[in-house]
Amino acid sequence: MKRLVAFVAGSLFGIGLLLSGMTDTSKVQGWLDLFGNWDPTLAFVMGGAMIPMFIAWKFTEGRKPIYAENFPARNQSKVDRDLILGSVLFGVGWGLAGLCPGPAIASLGFGGAQSALFVLSMLVGMWLTPSIRFRISNSLAT
Amino acid sequence: METDWIMGLVGGLVIGLAASLYLLGNGRIMGASGIIGGLIDKSGWSSAADRIVFLIGLILAPSMYIFIFDIEADTKATTNIIILILAGLLVGIGTRLANGCTSGHGVCGISRLSIRGMTSTIFYIVAGVVSVFLLRNLWGAI
Repeated sequence: MKRLVAFVAGSLFGIGLLLSGMTDTSKVQGWLDLFGNWDPTLAFVMGGAMIPMFIAWKFTEGRKPIYAENFPARNQSKVDRDLILGSVLFGVGWGLAGLCPGPAIASLGFGGAQSALFVLSMLVGMWLTPSIRFRISNSLAT
Repeated sequence: METDWIMGLVGGLVIGLAASLYLLGNGRIMGASGIIGGLIDKSGWSSAADRIVFLIGLILAPSMYIFIFDIEADTKATTNIIILILAGLLVGIGTRLANGCTSGHGVCGISRLSIRGMTSTIFYIVAGVVSVFLLRNLWGAI
């Protein structure tokens, strides 16, 4: 059942991204183009997605997931250097191409060579990250 | 178009529904970068099957939807290979360093009123706005 839930969630996520226009890089870059021809769509997508999730989080209080033991614990670490640095790097890349991980993967079936090249580069970046993280902490320690 | 924000809201609600299902069913946070990143750096191999099934749904469903309803879909992504590779690397490294992206920190984090999620979201949006501004006004590449 866990697999089925994961499959249905992944499928709904993909269809939601497509319907909302978030697999269209011009809409994403249009939203980030605050000082140009601003496109408000992304705000509606984020807002729309948060409504069910806000209710879902409320619902988790004092309960257990249906097919798992626990709900995810809050990340206890404070706002740290990696969170800020990572978010900035991600934001720069997001603006450059208009793609973030979800829509990039969702568009693999119809986005042609551009989606494939972006996702491949993203996977390389993810693969490199543990050693990059190690180097940052080492260079700061010395 | 005037209907874009309605589709944004509808698509957003579907995304939120997917995230709620994943949370209440499997007790997990639906974050695209975490789901695929955990497969790449081995940190999520204990739940590899769920992650793979999720990703299959995420890739297949939008393409099936496009095929069945015969709609136009285009990412309108840049054809500039350098930008695609650079953006992909930045998004891959950034989301793993920050431990989340638009879905994990944005949708799931903010709706949980997580300080880390809100902080990350502010930083990647500001970085994205700066990135698009520079690209449009100084570089003129997109």
